[in-house]
Amino acid sequence: MYVGKPVKRVEDLRLITGSAKYLDDMVLPRMLYAYFVRSVYAHAKITEIDVSKAMLPGIVAIFTGRDLKDHCGPLAVESVYKGSKVPVHYPLAVDEVKYVGEPVAVIVGEDRYVVRDAADEVSVSYQQLPSVTDPMEALSSNSPLVHSEFSDNVCFRRSIKRGEVEALFNNSSKRVGIKVKIQRLAPSAMEPRGVLAEYDRGSERLTVWASTQFPHKLRTWISTSLKCPESSVRVITPEVGGGFGSKLSHYPEDVVIPYLAMRIGRPVKWFEERGENLRSTTHGRDMIAEVEAAVDENLRVTALRGRIIADLGAYNHTHTQDNPILAANMLTGTYAIGAVDLEVIGVFTNKMATDAYRGAGRPEGSYIIERLMDRIARTLNVDPAELRMRNFIPPQSFPYRTPLGFVYDSGNYEGALRRALELVNYEDVKRLKSTVRDRYIGVGISTFVEVCNFGYQSSYVKVEPSGLISVYTSTSPHGQGEETAFSQIVADRLGVSMEKIRVIHGDTDTIPYGSGTAGSWTLTSGGMAIINAVERIREKMLRIAASRLEARVEDLEMNDGRIYVKGTHDKYVTFEEVASIAYDQRKLPGGLEMGLTATGFYRPELTFPFGAYIAVVSVDPETYQVTLERVVMVSDCGKVVNPMLVDGQIAGGAVQALGQALYEDFVYDKDGNPLSVSFADYLLPSATEVPEFILDRTETPANNPLGTKGVGELSTIGLAQAIVNAVEDALWKMGAEIVETPVTPQRLYGVLRRRGA
Amino acid sequence: MIPKSFEYFEPKTLSEVVGFLKKHKENAKVLAGGHSLIPMMKLRLAAPQYIINLEPLRKSLSYIKVGGKSIRIGALVRHAEIEHSQILKRELPILPAAAEWIGDMQVRNMGTIGGSVAHSDPASDWPVVMLSLNAVFTLYSGKKRKVPASKFFIGPFTTAIKPYEVLTEIEIPRLPKRHGWSWKKFERKAGDFATVNVATLILPKDGHIGSASIAVGSVHYRPYRVTEGERLLKGAKPDLELVERVAESAASMAEPTSDLRGSAEYKRHVTKVFVKRSLIEAIERANLNLR
Ligand SMILES: Cc1cc2nc3c(=O)[nH]c(=O)nc-3n(C[C@H](O)[C@H](O)[C@H](O)COP(=O)(O)OP(=O)(O)OC[C@H]3O[C@@H](n4cnc5c(N)ncnc54)[C@H](O)[C@@H]3O)c2cc1C
Repeated sequence: MYVGKPVKRVEDLRLITGSAKYLDDMVLPRMLYAYFVRSVYAHAKITEIDVSKAMLPGIVAIFTGRDLKDHCGPLAVESVYKGSKVPVHYPLAVDEVKYVGEPVAVIVGEDRYVVRDAADEVSVSYQQLPSVTDPMEALSSNSPLVHSEFSDNVCFRRSIKRGEVEALFNNSSKRVGIKVKIQRLAPSAMEPRGVLAEYDRGSERLTVWASTQFPHKLRTWISTSLKCPESSVRVITPEVGGGFGSKLSHYPEDVVIPYLAMRIGRPVKWFEERGENLRSTTHGRDMIAEVEAAVDENLRVTALRGRIIADLGAYNHTHTQDNPILAANMLTGTYAIGAVDLEVIGVFTNKMATDAYRGAGRPEGSYIIERLMDRIARTLNVDPAELRMRNFIPPQSFPYRTPLGFVYDSGNYEGALRRALELVNYEDVKRLKSTVRDRYIGVGISTFVEVCNFGYQSSYVKVEPSGLISVYTSTSPHGQGEETAFSQIVADRLGVSMEKIRVIHGDTDTIPYGSGTAGSWTLTSGGMAIINAVERIREKMLRIAASRLEARVEDLEMNDGRIYVKGTHDKYVTFEEVASIAYDQRKLPGGLEMGLTATGFYRPELTFPFGAYIAVVSVDPETYQVTLERVVMVSDCGKVVNPMLVDGQIAGGAVQALGQALYEDFVYDKDGNPLSVSFADYLLPSATEVPEFILDRTETPANNPLGTKGVGELSTIGLAQAIVNAVEDALWKMGAEIVETPVTPQRLYGVLRRRGA
Repeated sequence: MIPKSFEYFEPKTLSEVVGFLKKHKENAKVLAGGHSLIPMMKLRLAAPQYIINLEPLRKSLSYIKVGGKSIRIGALVRHAEIEHSQILKRELPILPAAAEWIGDMQVRNMGTIGGSVAHSDPASDWPVVMLSLNAVFTLYSGKKRKVPASKFFIGPFTTAIKPYEVLTEIEIPRLPKRHGWSWKKFERKAGDFATVNVATLILPKDGHIGSASIAVGSVHYRPYRVTEGERLLKGAKPDLELVERVAESAASMAEPTSDLRGSAEYKRHVTKVFVKRSLIEAIERANLNLR
């Protein structure tokens, strides 16, 4: 059996030795290169674009927004809530730019050098317009308008009301509120985005290679915006070097590059620079929340009310609106809170759009409630662990319907927290707080739940006459290791060795439609779609074997590459024999069709992974530098297929969460100029900043045959608030209320200075 | 990340380099480790027409020699060579200690001490160390010229090097074996440039401070010596109050700018903290009692 074992990743040889082929490794004959000229203003009218000086030798064509308007675009927006404003978003700005980094022209040339040089020679005349970068300012009545066709900067305003909130607040014994500003983050995948397109006039087929998480959806979006039939488009993903939600959108370049390939009749490639990636790939988070809790005399939180304001940036990107709404819908977290009154406002500003970033709304939701729970505990002087124990949804209440409409499948939040308290040595840590003198020690807790498994998947499985197994999946893994996990699952079902299995993904011509990879869903939804196909193949193989062995199907088992009559060692046929019989009509038992292939689909029920994380920090009393002393993460992602993959996901996600808590911050100045445009200024944590994580798991199976829930985003959802809570705990005696993150030394200095400490 | 096109030369001799620089002046740049110049070119903040790689001259420009009254370091010596130099660890441990904090391993394996001081980024590390050590820079333009550190660092990205000169050697006066030293760098994360960096040297004399040298970087348009503080320390029996006063005097000389690394006020605050910590460490290493 492979499932449950820390099998080494089958992807790693090619990834680690550098033989993997990414988009920028691809070269086609007669290929041209593209470079985009981008806006340097946050808001301006384009009065003229003069390209005459840019037609250097080697330049093939230059197009502006006006040139392309009738051929390309507008970009797809998938998430549109009722009553929201959706400005038309052309791939190249037409007449007006709305954020720094917005593409205004595209240059095509013979090599990547000449197009870059030509970009400096394109002269764009702008007439600057007033801009707004602060969402609160954008909400005020005298704010400049991001889109003059609308009367204000509100994209949507949504009221979510469940239960008797007012009465519960009136009857509460205490009310505690919190304000948090979750900063804007840049997803920063190791490989930036890129697109390569080729058009074959003879067959009228467009092939697009893209560094994307969603090949099938991208095909739909491209065909819609280019007004060509979907059957004429093929999307292929080469190796993709990370996405974290930043590669599941429909971007301007995804439309323009295919268009150029069709129009010019030569392949065209564009590959993003890091500076472009930081400016012009979607950002994450950027929400301000003010939430208040009603607490009764038994320290039970009975109701929440408040407001979440999301800075959406200038446009609705593909799933922009989902993030604040999902944050609100997950706000009650792991607690039996029955009543909620929330207003969620999505605001336009002159900045890059926000969209999914690892967790996509769920990190924000659990950040808000977990910061609030710790604040309640500190304000009311109760132990934050104790407060949580009193408020958890009890393990016997699952499935549990939250007031916000989700049905949590299964969970044991107390169990996870107990384990985390044990591992962190909670009593010892509390002692440290009073005994350590030269630093401030703080401890912070986060007990959280994630929702995942939106969307369906497909699979196509074939067993060749030789017994080789090819598994095609509509998921599109890009670093997570599912080629390994899927191989483990298939190998176990068919009783063969993993080496026989090849997993293929990312080609819309060969794989039935499905949802790609995101949202912690790949293993469960993709794995179940694969199992559905494999079951059919298994059934057929057993029937063939039964006839060979003159046994009943129920008496057979698949093991060690053979199909045995149960309880015997010598009555068997090999997997290969059965596979070859499947392709030999003469030998097939009557009634069976030739071949050994199957297609499977699966739409999962929503699953709800969870965890209990505890961070212990120390703060330097002079510099306010925060050090992570201990980080305990007890995660529950349901059944575990490969513990090493799970630990890898938890550790990687935790690094991004600690980046959010302590280092990363995508900053715009007040004129809308992005300041964090290289990794010298956008601070990703490096190995030095990462402590040794103490990892453990509880295992509460989900209601699907795999029993898996999802793990890809879990620690990013759970950890940031534990760290920020710990920092606030360390400095609470000095009156530090932390509103903004990351909690950098200079920010803490400012907080304490304001407090006069 | 593509630079403007340029012409590239590999010289055979130093005079060839100088001849070229004299001919093309500001349009030409010498290339050492490339870890400041190439990023600037890729970002198109610099666009020299001619690049002259000094690498072919490595044999004659890369050495660490200890002898007589001074330590001499060739301009092409890489950060990592200083970091791991056994002789420097014995002779002048502040140099390997400072090298260890520069960038990351890749940067240290390529970047050179000569390139760093010639580039003179106000947030870089070597200029601060060199100022504290009274280093002397040898500049070559057919003939040699020597410039002391106090006159070498003129401003941000500006030094005494003329467009037609090449920095060939750094000469550092030897210190007695028993000296106290400290290198403190405050950074936001590993591999970052400093928010503030401080080099301190203490020469003990009969249980007192014989003389002290403190240089501070990153919080001013160029690195500076804490002259008033050094005067206070000379001949003193150090105590915490004195340390505090010196640290305050260092902070009052700072003229930081507010940016992503923090407000000017915060930077002045951490300047004081790090000068204090540096001074305490150097005093302890000098085997002096701190009251
Ligand atoms: C990611 C990163 C992190 C870094 N972190 C730090 C840090 O923490 N601390 C720090 O101090 N530095 C840091 N640096 C800068 C690094 O130390 C550089 O190596 C150094 O500043 C320049 O040295 P170089 O040999 O690479 O010079 P080059 O880049 O080759 O040249 C720099 C400039 O000096 C001129 N020059 C070079 N050699 C000579 C010479 N012999 N005579 C005359 N002119 C010359 C060149 O013409 C050019 O103008 C970092 C750099 C990077 C890329």
